[in-house]
Amino acid sequence: MFENLSYLALQQYWWIIISLLAAILVFLMFVQGGQTLIYTLGKTEMERKIIINALGRKWEFTFTTLVTFGGAFFASFPLFYATSFGGAYWVWMLILFCFIIQAIAYEFRSKPNNFLGSRTYETFLFVNGLLGTILIGTAVATFFTGSEFSINDMNQSTWKNSFRGLELAFDFTNYNTFINLSLGLAVFFLSRTMALLYFINTVAHGNIIERARKQLVREAIPFVVFFLFFVGNLLLMKGFAVDPETKIVSMESYKYLHNLLEMPWLFALFAIGVILVLLGIYRTITCFEVCHDKGIWATGFGIIFTVFSLFLMAGFNHTAFYPSTFDLQSSLTIENASSSQYTLTAMSYVSLLVPFVIAYIWWAWKAINNKKITESEMNEEGHSY
Amino acid sequence: MENIDLGLVDWSRAQFALTAMYHWVFVPLTLGLAFIVAIMESIYVKTGKEEWKKITLFWMKLFGINFAIGVATGIILEFEFGTNWSNYSWFVGDIFGAPLAIEGIMAFFLESTFIAVMFFGWNKVSKKFHLLSSWLVAFGANLSALWILVANAWMQNPVGMRFNPDTARNEMENFWEVLLSPTAVNKFLHTVTSGYVLAALFVLGVSAWFLLKKREQLFAKRSMVVAATFGLFSTLFLVVTGDESARHIATIQPMKFAAMEALYDGQNNAPLVAIGILELPQDPEHPNPREFAYKIEIPNMLSYMAFLSPRAFVPGINDLINGNPEKEIISYYEKIRRGKLAIQALKNYKSAQKSGDAALEEESLKIFETHYPYFGYGYYDNPDKLIPNVPISFYSFRIMVILGVHFGILFMVILYFLYKRKLEKMKWLLWVSILTVPLAYIASEAGWVLAEVGRQPWVIQDLMPTLSAVSKIDQTSVQITFWLFAAIFTTLLIAEIKIMLTQIKKGPNEGGH
Repeated sequence: MFENLSYLALQQYWWIIISLLAAILVFLMFVQGGQTLIYTLGKTEMERKIIINALGRKWEFTFTTLVTFGGAFFASFPLFYATSFGGAYWVWMLILFCFIIQAIAYEFRSKPNNFLGSRTYETFLFVNGLLGTILIGTAVATFFTGSEFSINDMNQSTWKNSFRGLELAFDFTNYNTFINLSLGLAVFFLSRTMALLYFINTVAHGNIIERARKQLVREAIPFVVFFLFFVGNLLLMKGFAVDPETKIVSMESYKYLHNLLEMPWLFALFAIGVILVLLGIYRTITCFEVCHDKGIWATGFGIIFTVFSLFLMAGFNHTAFYPSTFDLQSSLTIENASSSQYTLTAMSYVSLLVPFVIAYIWWAWKAINNKKITESEMNEEGHSY
Repeated sequence: MENIDLGLVDWSRAQFALTAMYHWVFVPLTLGLAFIVAIMESIYVKTGKEEWKKITLFWMKLFGINFAIGVATGIILEFEFGTNWSNYSWFVGDIFGAPLAIEGIMAFFLESTFIAVMFFGWNKVSKKFHLLSSWLVAFGANLSALWILVANAWMQNPVGMRFNPDTARNEMENFWEVLLSPTAVNKFLHTVTSGYVLAALFVLGVSAWFLLKKREQLFAKRSMVVAATFGLFSTLFLVVTGDESARHIATIQPMKFAAMEALYDGQNNAPLVAIGILELPQDPEHPNPREFAYKIEIPNMLSYMAFLSPRAFVPGINDLINGNPEKEIISYYEKIRRGKLAIQALKNYKSAQKSGDAALEEESLKIFETHYPYFGYGYYDNPDKLIPNVPISFYSFRIMVILGVHFGILFMVILYFLYKRKLEKMKWLLWVSILTVPLAYIASEAGWVLAEVGRQPWVIQDLMPTLSAVSKIDQTSVQITFWLFAAIFTTLLIAEIKIMLTQIKKGPNEGGH
């Protein structure tokens, strides 16, 4: 069946899969957000234990999605993998360090004789939540603002800035840095917002829920501010357009706004996404008496739609998804950065497993979360962090 | 490519080796212990005896501690292909990326989803479903290993692809050839069974400690029955696949084979050096030693091992470098010449394309395709640079094999004394079991050292030398990340060992934590 698709259709199909994985990843980063709220919401040892255990059952999903996102990006758009990871070395290394310390923190935190002490492992979780979200958000913003690299006729890439990617977050002489960071911070506050919605949905503990509801406004407002700043800039800025015939890349005013207008279905998806995000937050904030605890689902699906459409905005409609500000013609598009038609076809068959994977994850999630997490469960015999 | 900094290549290699070797401290135990735990839980579900649940929970807890840190090191390896080997990522990403992606989609999700059920599902799902989850974790972990080992095997024996001069990369032509290449199948079977053996030795060593302490004797002996049986079968399989693997190397990577035998001059009826000590090299120009200070040989064995015939000719390092027309071996000098022709032809092809010279384009392409199998050799002038480190290859092979024999014997002896019900009295044997645990790790790492050091200087056999695969980063950055990784991995390893030992001392009768 995939053999009958054109090369371009396969490239688009894989860009859709990458976008979907990215969208699910951002949703699942509520785990990271929650890790930065352990001490804000948990005032006693037991409260913190409940919070950490609520997150600890989910961290592997986020982690696995990140690994799969990396693997799928490598397989489908290897030139991006080579250019960005080998180029923005320090950004990706920092992200990696954040994730090493996360992976062990849950399992090691509450074990006796754990060498570094519980507080250190909690700090690891905090650092992962803070830096991991901001850096990933910042890195994704460069899909719109561009980086400095060139590619030669053997398709070997060279990064042109000696700060190796750190310039994207710290070069304040460049306005793009503010756009990049605004997305990073939006992701950070979003992940905290979602974590609060998740706790409200999953934990049965009066004090934690009460604090989570209070905290929600404080996280949602900065999220909305940074997100609007990013989207505002995105829609007004020049974008990297690709000529469908000559493949020449040029700057086009309002390119991303044009993308939305020229693909009305994408515009609809984006709008529905944003509305759902806000709806989930709004409904949870406003009903204090009979309290709504399902906000995570509206906001969660909203986030998936929103991030998904942002990625499609970056790669579809003759747009360079990883632009080079150093040499426009080195910019990566879904056409010039992709794997061969054969590999994309073979991989497409594997992608048929994805719905099956989502189904069993859904099932396992339900099976583990069918009861709310309570204090008494923490004292039962069995596994806890 | 011309001005590659050797310091950068070495540091990049060091960083990758560091990550891979740390990763491999944790993975084999995960691979094997997952099955051992699943077997124990099956006995629990079948017999309904609470002791077996206790046994299962004890080993499962150790499994969980070990799993987390394996995951932490694994993600680094995946991303390091991009960060430190970006030219590699493009040159072979079309083939190499696919198994990594499939691993994520097919295996890693399976493993991590059902691990959550395994740890948190005891009172939430039915007994049978919990058991199924434990088996799915074991299956997922091993499936994960399959895809990674397929990727590694492809680097050792690149098949199923064609070089596309327009994109300047290798492109996949046949997925099944990549997946089912004999190197891949063999590598997978040999590597995962080595994990089973290591896990069995781990369970044996920990249980032996309980017996020596006269604690939890029934628990310890039951664990040992499962582990020793599982370990013995795995060892037998390990020997068969290892033997097969030697034959693959002899044909596909003859230089690796010659280096691991320190064989300079090829011969018929070649003997195998069972035990040997290499002389220290005198000449700094030729750092690889050429003579043995001491050796015990088994006549004809090497010829038999390589080609299943005691009379077969096994080429040595000198035959490969200087060629041997009688045995139809092309010299490295000739391969270098052809490699340079291929590299030049690719350049000509590219410039002809730009200038629109169709005749030159076609001619260059023809030359290129003829000589492409030697492409990687063109980056070298001196064939001596194409010899891997002989002592490391030689000794790591022997360490692996000799320890493997020791493991097999140990499993048999343990089973014998368990059967005779005398095991707790055999103090020396219990001590041997404990001391064998670190040896299992050494043997397992030695196997990877042989596989990876022995294939140098190639990252893709014959096609891409390691030095042209590297990302062009300043050396200082790589040095900094190397030391950061070294510090963090070492700290985490210490933490894991301390936690493990504490959990072991607590024993199976203290639930929760």
